Amino acid sequence: MRFSGWRVLKEGLTGNKGWAPHWRDPEPQPEYDVVIIGGGGHGLATAYNLAKEHGITNVAVLEKGYLGGGNVGRNTTIVRANYYLPGNSEFYSHSLKQWEGLEEELNYNVMMSQRGQIMVYHNDGQRDAMVRRGNAIINQGDDAELLNREALRKLVPILNYDNARFPIMGGLLQRRAGTARHDAVAWGFARGADQRGVDLIQNCEVTGIDVENGKVRGVQTSRGVIRAKKVALAAAGRSGQVAAMAGLRLPIESHVLQAFVSEGIKPVLNHVVSFAEGHLYVSQSDKGGLVFGSYLDFYSSYAARGNLPMVEHTMETCVSMVPALAKAKVLRSWGGIMDMTPDGSPIIDHSGIEGLYLNCGWCYGGFKAIPGSGNAYAHLIATDRPHGAATKFKLDRFRSGQGLMDEEGTGAQHNLH
Amino acid sequence: MRIICPICGDRDRREFYVKGAALARPEASATLEDWHDHVNLRDNPAGEIKELWYHEMGCSAWIEVCRSTVSHEIVSTRLASTADLGGKR
Repeated sequence: MRFSGWRVLKEGLTGNKGWAPHWRDPEPQPEYDVVIIGGGGHGLATAYNLAKEHGITNVAVLEKGYLGGGNVGRNTTIVRANYYLPGNSEFYSHSLKQWEGLEEELNYNVMMSQRGQIMVYHNDGQRDAMVRRGNAIINQGDDAELLNREALRKLVPILNYDNARFPIMGGLLQRRAGTARHDAVAWGFARGADQRGVDLIQNCEVTGIDVENGKVRGVQTSRGVIRAKKVALAAAGRSGQVAAMAGLRLPIESHVLQAFVSEGIKPVLNHVVSFAEGHLYVSQSDKGGLVFGSYLDFYSSYAARGNLPMVEHTMETCVSMVPALAKAKVLRSWGGIMDMTPDGSPIIDHSGIEGLYLNCGWCYGGFKAIPGSGNAYAHLIATDRPHGAATKFKLDRFRSGQGLMDEEGTGAQHNLH
Repeated sequence: MRIICPICGDRDRREFYVKGAALARPEASATLEDWHDHVNLRDNPAGEIKELWYHEMGCSAWIEVCRSTVSHEIVSTRLASTADLGGKR
């Protein structure tokens, strides 16, 4: 089934009786070439790329809950490629390019909205850092524009430019950045993978990973044993526990990151805006709700909900920087479980066990990474060589200390990111 | 979340800085693998974890907190000085 304007019109005139489910609900087969653990954005994008780019279609995605029920549904939907360090810079650049062609690629409306993202600065030091970052982004081949206070005010009048402690001096704009519809990304990749023969198996929890003589043989699941030539982890939030089934310990702590959405209001904010003050990012969804968040709660958690101090901090920052939003009621909040690595950057690599691959440690960058990650991870699984855009996402960098990508410059240690 | 400080009693989470997993420190002469293990690798349990919390806005005690990462329940706390984490320097 292909979606088109014509099809929507035809179905609308004939009672919408012609729509079929977007994917099958297959029984697990006894054996696959590749088993992917985790039916979220990354796992589904990987399955799609294995089938599309590498012709590997004897693939199963095993999901313990429902497709897209994890972090791909628990984020603030921001897409951008404004990283500074080599490694991250080329990867997120690659991922943003994938985002830009995603709707045509998947024949699915992922509501990619390149509304622009602005990182606001409050003082001279931050301005210098933005200039440097902007130059790095331009060197990478992506777009960045430094806006002074007047230019920013013209673009985003709703901000508080005269906060006594954190006056807004300007911002760094990336016009190609923006937001996308979180569920649709998962669904689009799921549908594309299913159409190419991938089995998407929901309510199938992996309970063990079978390894013999240093080589992976398959997985134990709540729906029986499944043998596989290759097993690929894509279980962000739970990566440590899935890896532990194969006897691995990862450089990952799971932390909760909260996010919030307000009641729908008239359009007041056309961009994604992030603030260096107290850390805040806010955008307005197409429904009119303000979507915003700030820091981790900073303690290990699998609870998918946070505590009041970070709620207060986020609200205080939001009201300080965008006072007009003070009267908007908060409707919902949620917590996503982040795979936090010591340097704040991800891992796409061999695990050290033959046929077992790792895709984890996305920290708070997982959503924007989905298309690039699926592309790079599938390349690694299919060819056993890293994709050109993800050569630096090595597991061993933590042991050796070489190639750490500490984007924030706080030190490559747990609890500092 | 409220943390039970062994000195001050039941206190708001805002008073504390959290350091992370409470781990015994390897000897300075330990191997690279041991240090890699200590600095980077984590059990990261979904369940009870022992962590170091610092009563920054209170009595300045370092506290070993046993806490559930699933429910956020504080199971038990004791002074870190009694937790045998000091290492063998």
